[in-house]
Amino acid sequence: MELADIVAGLNEPVRIQGGGTRGVFGPEPVLSTAGLSGITLYEPGALTLVAQAGTPVTEIEAALAAEEQQLAFEPADYRALLGTSGESTIGGVVAANISGPRRIQAGACRDFLLGVRYVDGRGQVIKNGGRVMKNVTGYDLVKLMAGSWGTLGVLSEVSLKVLPKPEAVAVLGMPVTQVSAAVQMLSAALKSPFEVSGAAYDPELGQALLRIEGFADSVAYRIGQLQRELSAYGEAAQIEEPEETWRAIRDVGRFEDKEGDVWRISTKPSDAAEVAARLEAKNLLLDWGGGLVWALVDAGSDIRARLGEFDGHATLVRAAPETIQTLGRLQPEPEPLASLTRDLRRKFDPKGLFNPGLMG
Amino acid sequence: MEMPQPNPDVLARKHRVLARLQQVLPEDAVIHDPAETRAYECDALTAYRCPPMLAVLPSTTQEVSDVLRICHEEGVPVVPRGAGTSLAGGALPTADCVILGVARMNDVLETDYDNRFIRVQTGRTNLSVTGAVEEEDFFYAPDPSSQLACAIAGNIAMNSGGAHCLKYGVTTNNLLGVKMVMMDGRVVEIGGAHLDSGGLDLLGVICGSEGQLGVVTEATLRILRKPEGARPVLMGFDDNEVAGQCVSDIIKSGILPVAIEFMDTLCIKACENFAHAGYPDCTALLIVEVEGSEAEIDDQLSKIIEIAKRHNPVELRESQSAEESAKIWLGRKSAFGAMGQLNDYMCLDGTIPVSSLPEVLRRIGELSEDYGLPVGNVFHAGDGNMHPLILFDANKPGDLEKCEAFGADILKLCVDVGGCLTGEHGVGIEKRDLMSHQYTPADLEAQMAVKDVFDPQWLLNPAKVFPLDVSEARRVAQMAAE
Repeated sequence: MELADIVAGLNEPVRIQGGGTRGVFGPEPVLSTAGLSGITLYEPGALTLVAQAGTPVTEIEAALAAEEQQLAFEPADYRALLGTSGESTIGGVVAANISGPRRIQAGACRDFLLGVRYVDGRGQVIKNGGRVMKNVTGYDLVKLMAGSWGTLGVLSEVSLKVLPKPEAVAVLGMPVTQVSAAVQMLSAALKSPFEVSGAAYDPELGQALLRIEGFADSVAYRIGQLQRELSAYGEAAQIEEPEETWRAIRDVGRFEDKEGDVWRISTKPSDAAEVAARLEAKNLLLDWGGGLVWALVDAGSDIRARLGEFDGHATLVRAAPETIQTLGRLQPEPEPLASLTRDLRRKFDPKGLFNPGLMG
Repeated sequence: MEMPQPNPDVLARKHRVLARLQQVLPEDAVIHDPAETRAYECDALTAYRCPPMLAVLPSTTQEVSDVLRICHEEGVPVVPRGAGTSLAGGALPTADCVILGVARMNDVLETDYDNRFIRVQTGRTNLSVTGAVEEEDFFYAPDPSSQLACAIAGNIAMNSGGAHCLKYGVTTNNLLGVKMVMMDGRVVEIGGAHLDSGGLDLLGVICGSEGQLGVVTEATLRILRKPEGARPVLMGFDDNEVAGQCVSDIIKSGILPVAIEFMDTLCIKACENFAHAGYPDCTALLIVEVEGSEAEIDDQLSKIIEIAKRHNPVELRESQSAEESAKIWLGRKSAFGAMGQLNDYMCLDGTIPVSSLPEVLRRIGELSEDYGLPVGNVFHAGDGNMHPLILFDANKPGDLEKCEAFGADILKLCVDVGGCLTGEHGVGIEKRDLMSHQYTPADLEAQMAVKDVFDPQWLLNPAKVFPLDVSEARRVAQMAAE
């Protein structure tokens, strides 16, 4: 049955699901997009790929790898972190705007999303954007759909900008014991002209980490330059297994088998040390040069109360359903933003069918 | 191009509206003398002109809020204006509107290199944002050709691009936050120095909404460290198709140049006369620029030149000095001005899949013959963002209409091959009535629903973006409500 017909026939709320790997729960029944699968267009010479929403991310990554290209926003795999199973789909990645460590250099999922096709709450098929890299024709509903967690419509097709896969990758690690010192070092690296594509701090490892990607000679040159420029902060040495290192940061592997709630906080990098101090976390992981703080805290902790006013937002990624129910998954918005969001949802989904409660 | 009739009730209230605006703004910030409001009668789409009822030039967000609150209460349409460089008529007034110009709001509010952002008032020009961070070797990446004059406010409204966005993205990819005044005068802050939204991406939909959702008064922009160096290479080909194939091969090779620009014969000649950049005499010219250290540049350019050689170029020349590079870019960025010396022109910016370049260029050539109007092509080839410049004579009766019909055919062609009407200039009034060629009624309804939420009375920048017949019910409702 066509997705649009299914939605048009709905009278009760549904939970929209891609691969079910992101830990979203909510009403039954589930409306799955798994049946909408397959790459519909891939032009390596134009750096564009169009796929149906239910296409597994692994299928897309394999097709891109065959042409030495990739999804530059580095979608994370949270299955181990959240204890979920199933296959992550591209529609799910887009709906949650999932971006990895390369976000700071290349951009977020929303920055690579060129077009969408979705079914709104009336069962109408809507398209916005397209498959070209520059498009300002009408309002950018593409960005609005990215990160809307299915609450505005059910994605059926997405088109993405893709990028060449770098020929070489190298990682520098520097021993650091303080969050503030780590962020200063990462910031110095990100202020350099050497195109750092990952900047993280793992307190448990006691290492601040930098990633450099590109052609082999260029990577070697930039590694050398960074080691020199950062010598005031300490000694930076190359680390083995760069891919594994960054996959663990991307997927927050550090928290996988540890008890507690997981929060994800986006903030101004130079505020990271203050944010980290207020969290009373059992464990921390910093990415995006300090602008992304992952925190493992005691179950049920109200992190937003501890943070108070700050430049950014805190998302509850992993907790018991009751905790998510009580605290809310997403940072509550101040007025009039909350009304704008609510009114937009009402326009797109007048019957309140899609993932009610997920975005407040 | 049709514009709606001015609302006589609004015109009748002119004096009351003027008096109220004068109460909240300094005397020199309210322009009401018809001799002076005429200065705001058009933007860079000069074929269409209409003096506004009034114009205001506030200096603070509070003043913008006061103006909008009053206009909201009085039911007066407001047309926001940056520097008035829109090629799409984005700032074209209606006779019953108040022009809200942000030109006096041009301060830098905060510069933060550790967190790599700058916060500015939006009347500031694009180039002077880079100017404010240049001494620390930083820059603001989006670089529209009008960057010397155009304001950040307009860049945000149109989601402007530029030659170097193949690598750095367009405005929306470099905008971190805004302070915006809604039509009813409420001030909202969205985003900031942190990345991404915790809720719906309202910033994403505001950017590119052509001043129809609110007036952005402050912007937090991402700034980047300048690369160590940059160098362009010129490649001449005697065939458009071959040049297009070369672009595709470069992209496929894994190198991501910071810019790949294309010019055809007519543009090459006009730009060469203007800038003396040493452009070769050929059918299709590519300017490909890469960045990095000297050694990195050498390495990338040698790979690119190797690819180009497989396509039998008639010219292949690396820039030898910073002066030569500057001349090469001056020529490219002066293309519109240089073409303007030949005749009046209309500039389009439809975007197409890169693979369709040869076909689209061939069809544009055929249409040029059919219409009897010459067309020059200069565009961002790396991302398929075309810029056909149709030459016509504004003083020759019928020429403008013929030019517009030709332009519409080109844009429909762009849509039909899988592209879009506009890649970086915006819809404005220029492409408004072609929107139905790209979008279904339901698609347009979904976009208009967003405006319904932000500006329920449809007072902000009316009669733009959406075809007049499509938006009519909403605009009529606004008039009837008064």
